[in-house]
Amino acid sequence: MTGDKILQIRDLRVSFDTPSGIADAVDGVSFDVRRGESFGIVGQSGSGKTLTALSILKLITPPGRIVSGSAVFNGEDLMAADEDSLRRTRGAGISMVFQEPATAFNPVFTVGYQVAEAVRAHQAVDGRKAKDIALEFLKRVHIAEALKVYHDYPHQLSGGTKQRAMIAMALVNSPELLILDEPTTALDVTIQAQILDLLEEIRKEARLSILFISHDFGVISRMCDRVAVMHKGRIVETGATKDVLSSPEEDYTLELLESVRALG
Amino acid sequence: MRDFLRNKMAVSGLAFITLILIFAAFAPAIAPYSPSEIDTDNILSAPSKYHIFGTDTLGRDLFSRIVYGSRISLSIGFIAVGIAVITGVVFGAVAGYYGGRIDSFMMRFVDMMLCFPTFFLILAVIAILEPSIFNIMAVIGATGWMGVARLVRAEILSLKEREYVMASRVMGAGGLWIIIKHLIPNAVAPVLVSATLGVGGAILVESALSFLGIGVQPPTPSWGNILMDGKSTLGVAWWHTVFPGVFIMLTVLAYNLLGEGLRDVLEPRLKR
Repeated sequence: MTGDKILQIRDLRVSFDTPSGIADAVDGVSFDVRRGESFGIVGQSGSGKTLTALSILKLITPPGRIVSGSAVFNGEDLMAADEDSLRRTRGAGISMVFQEPATAFNPVFTVGYQVAEAVRAHQAVDGRKAKDIALEFLKRVHIAEALKVYHDYPHQLSGGTKQRAMIAMALVNSPELLILDEPTTALDVTIQAQILDLLEEIRKEARLSILFISHDFGVISRMCDRVAVMHKGRIVETGATKDVLSSPEEDYTLELLESVRALG
Repeated sequence: MRDFLRNKMAVSGLAFITLILIFAAFAPAIAPYSPSEIDTDNILSAPSKYHIFGTDTLGRDLFSRIVYGSRISLSIGFIAVGIAVITGVVFGAVAGYYGGRIDSFMMRFVDMMLCFPTFFLILAVIAILEPSIFNIMAVIGATGWMGVARLVRAEILSLKEREYVMASRVMGAGGLWIIIKHLIPNAVAPVLVSATLGVGGAILVESALSFLGIGVQPPTPSWGNILMDGKSTLGVAWWHTVFPGVFIMLTVLAYNLLGEGLRDVLEPRLKR
């Protein structure tokens, strides 16, 4: 199984049309995610990490656009896919967890309702069955009192619980690839550790492939088998996480590592 | 909710609207006479214990006519605003969500509609069509949706950038789903406020049309045409114009107070 590639990104370019010309936010990025591995993208803010992730699902909105490149997921090039097949892939094949759990839920519906809606977006089940599935996943992410949380509105829950629910929502349709976009950045440190534990556990259980986006080398080194360092829209270095961390080949990687160490 | 109850103006507005709604719903039980019962012995009699609001030129009981007229005035208000809100929400949501050229095109159409002096447009359309109750509702609705459309579009423009919309798209939701499930429910508050204020406005337009004789046609009583009937006898029978006028004024005022009360509660940012 190792060596089998679940996602192949080749020469991906995302540009923004601005009044002062075209800005390349993602400038020819290529990398592979192997089946079952956890692949990290690390870089400072604005380096194009999130845009790379969103463009894999073709979710770039104007004034941004995908200029060129391919993203082959399970043998299908998503850049060439039509909207219907993309919609099937989103959530069911590839799913995503965002940085800010506070805003990732719609404030006017209960958390459980939204998780159940995600189930119904991809599975032909009735409301009751969708609720059962949603509850099962809320329990799987170790939410105590899953039933109570199911009926709570987002503002009634803590950030950590919301992020757990968000992870549950990302998992309900058994995706093969999970994109985690700074999933712990908005949380405080103790909650961060708990969420990382949960993600590791789920990864083992569900045999997920993970694309992990972070600016935090500490989190990356804990979570990822391999890592790509991104800087100004380009990947400057790719390799096994421990190699990149112990003997970085690029100056930028070294700088980034040192800035982390300097912070202590 | 508690904030709303503390707002005395809004609560009194709601109370008056409730009273009028009761009038409309139970008109046969509340009105002491039939609204079209002619009594030639009691022409233009002043308010008394038999006719508390007096009678008109045909001896019909004005209180009964006003009670029945509330049915017409309220239903025109509600349905016209209903038409305006539905059109405006759909139009604004589509323009706001899809953006770009679709948005520009749709909003220029709104600008164009806003260029017409509404009341004269209504007059012209009613002159061509016949002045039936249904036509009046449709025309008031068709000329009143642009404000709602602009409001909803502005709201959607900001809502669609929220992360939960992106989260929903990542989970595989389509455009229509996102508009219905995520955007419109979050835009309900300003629409509700605008609709409440709109009902008052629509009642006023209906009264004005009926007063000019191209609204609700006699013998069906509406507040506007009772007012019109009374204007020729204003010098001798003040009650014929004052009572329907007071009802129109109080109802419109009540809707405005309620609307502003709702605005204070639902959109606390705008509170002075």
